[in-house]
Amino acid sequence: MDFELTNEQKMTRDMVREFAEQEIAPHAREWDEKAIFPEETFKQMGELGLLGIPFPEKYGGSGGDTISYALAVEEIGKACGGTGLSYAAAVSLGASPIYYFGTEEQKEEHLVPLASGKALGSFGLTEPNAGSDAGGTQTKAYLDGDEYVINGEKCWITNAQYARTVIVTAVTGKTEKGKNIISAFIVPTDTPGFKITSPYDKMGVRASNTSELILEDVRVPKENILGDPKKGFSQFLYTLDGGRISIAALAVGIAQAAFNKALAYAKERKQFGQPISSFQAIQFKLADMAMEIELARNMVLKAAWLKDNDKPFTKESAFAKLYASEMATRVCNQALQIHGGYGYMKEYEVERMLRDTKLMEIGEGTSEIQRLVIARQLGC
Amino acid sequence: MNIFVLMKRTFDTEEKIVINDGVVDEEGAEFIINPYDEYAIEEAIVLRDEHGGEVTVVTVGDEEAEKELRTALAMGADKAVLIDMEDFDEEIDHFTVAEALTAYLKEQDYDIILGGNVAVDDGAGQVAPRVAEGLGINQVTTITGIQVDGEKVEIERDVEGDVEKIETSLPLLVTCQQGLNEPRYPSLPGIMKAKKKPLDTLDIDDLDLDEEEIAAKTKTLDKYLPPEKGAGKVLEGEIDEQVNELVSLLKNEAKVI
Ligand SMILES: Cc1cc2nc3c(=O)[nH]c(=O)nc-3n(C[C@H](O)[C@H](O)[C@H](O)COP(=O)(O)OP(=O)(O)OC[C@H]3O[C@@H](n4cnc5c(N)ncnc54)[C@H](O)[C@@H]3O)c2cc1C
Ligand SMILES: Cc1cc2nc3c(=O)[nH]c(=O)nc-3n(C[C@H](O)[C@H](O)[C@H](O)COP(=O)(O)OP(=O)(O)OC[C@H]3O[C@@H](n4cnc5c(N)ncnc54)[C@H](O)[C@@H]3O)c2cc1C
Repeated sequence: MDFELTNEQKMTRDMVREFAEQEIAPHAREWDEKAIFPEETFKQMGELGLLGIPFPEKYGGSGGDTISYALAVEEIGKACGGTGLSYAAAVSLGASPIYYFGTEEQKEEHLVPLASGKALGSFGLTEPNAGSDAGGTQTKAYLDGDEYVINGEKCWITNAQYARTVIVTAVTGKTEKGKNIISAFIVPTDTPGFKITSPYDKMGVRASNTSELILEDVRVPKENILGDPKKGFSQFLYTLDGGRISIAALAVGIAQAAFNKALAYAKERKQFGQPISSFQAIQFKLADMAMEIELARNMVLKAAWLKDNDKPFTKESAFAKLYASEMATRVCNQALQIHGGYGYMKEYEVERMLRDTKLMEIGEGTSEIQRLVIARQLGC
Repeated sequence: MNIFVLMKRTFDTEEKIVINDGVVDEEGAEFIINPYDEYAIEEAIVLRDEHGGEVTVVTVGDEEAEKELRTALAMGADKAVLIDMEDFDEEIDHFTVAEALTAYLKEQDYDIILGGNVAVDDGAGQVAPRVAEGLGINQVTTITGIQVDGEKVEIERDVEGDVEKIETSLPLLVTCQQGLNEPRYPSLPGIMKAKKKPLDTLDIDDLDLDEEEIAAKTKTLDKYLPPEKGAGKVLEGEIDEQVNELVSLLKNEAKVI
């Protein structure tokens, strides 16, 4: 047992912390208010190698590990939840599946630009009628000569409007038992018939781009099928297992930011002649918050460590995601409460953190779905 | 060009600092590269990229400083040297550190040595000038601009907000002031590469130094935090009354007139 981070992990965390404090945090309020996607900031993050942390150098990555990546997501999330979501989605959903399941040619062509930070990736699974039940995908693809032709619709797809490629899932047939066979395709966003718009007005993570995809006779070369044509479903389950670590890390980051603000405020704010931090009611809130954040962080790092050591991590990443996301909503809510009326004002930023973190209980599998995943791992 | 940077690991003065019995509590403190030394590292990398050569970052400290040395390597320095004082039993002060650095640098082939203007922890600004004296080379402190052309060096120097222009020549030691450059963030590939770059550890025996001869020349009697800032006072009433009150406060309370 060793809880010490390596020098590289610490340096990564410190560098991202400084970067996020300097380049992201000062803008978070404006990006939220005006729903601005910080494209330039992502270019900078790309140049620093942040978009390629968990990928090897030969694919344009930085050759880091999942732990370093989780620490980086936490730090970005501390500064801005929306930027954190787009960052986590670009790496865990946009790029990782190509790394896990892509052929050498696909990695050369499609992973290198993402891992080296020259472009963003995106992952289109959810549809208007298939959310938690991703197996109910209605988007269809059929082979026509050397090309697949894809038709369908996807909703709430992070980063798609700024992405070079979207990994799109589609039904390509039925098994003997009549179940859908789902495959995944790498679809360049400039392919004719691929319409991407961002019509949503979101509650939180407003700095993150969320797009609707409409695919009308979108043709991709048949080489663009990702991994095993019959295993698209289990591939995205594996992808989501990894993604959950980053969503959990993001929740920890947002919670930490809200906690820091609440602690500082409680020491400063005087009522009844004393700082409110001297009231036990406030102290107990702060004690619970600090404890829960640390517990969540430990679970995130354990799940990341399991992944880095090629051990099973499905259950642990669901633990981390479920606990961290619900914890972060509680913590942000209490942080707002500690701020009293000021907390309800945008200027104090904790209300944004509460709005941002609510998404963590929904994206990449709702809390209910995490409980289902865990129950399945328990053999139920 | 052979470039050396003198770097200190310090606690972050922007974080909360706790002093127990005259000693800064290291448990709660955050440690960083002295911010002025970051300017020195950045400038060293820029000079190397322009003129070729190698950047070596040197620190006097203990094993804990390895992280800061690796960070300098991640920014782009080529080599790092730790002069390890772990086993040094005498007191250490600026004299000790300067002697250790001078002894090390005497054996090196250097063209330019860069340091920070001051360290943010004790703000003495002594080490680098002492090293220049020890080596018997030119020194210019608080620089905000530098151009090297062969042996000739043109420098802009901050003098209380004004700029002084100086022409000098290599070999040279400079200390770096805010405004010289914007230190880069170490990139992720940089961090990974830093792992494989050479980091040598020496102790004072390796430098042929005698512990007693370089023991501290000064004694620290006490360390304490500055008094907490009190709340401001808003004077009220007619201007005349306010002036009278202000004068009386300055006289009797602040005792400055
Ligand atoms: C900002 C944002 C970004 C997103 N980014 C992406 C992206 O990049 N890519 C992508 O593919 N998707 C993305 N999504 C979609 C997201 O993954 C889905 O919203 C999520 O999976 C839930 O699906 P749903 O919204 O259709 O809810 P539903 O599945 O309709 O669920 C509604 C409610 O029913 C519950 N429920 C459903 N089934 C069960 C069950 N069997 N047992 C118990 N309770 C159940 C759910 O937990 C939830 O509380 C994003 C969503 C948002 C809001
Ligand atoms: C939208 C909005 C509309 C409003 N409208 C009105 C209005 O019309 N008229 C009006 O007069 N006011 C109004 N208010 C003010 C509102 O009543 C105050 O915000 C509220 O009373 C809390 O005071 P505070 O914000 O100063 O928080 P604080 O009193 O500073 O409280 C901060 C935190 O400390 C806790 N706390 C304080 N004292 C103690 C204690 N002794 N023990 C334990 N915990 C303690 C609080 O519960 C809270 O969690 C409004 C506020 C808002 C946000």
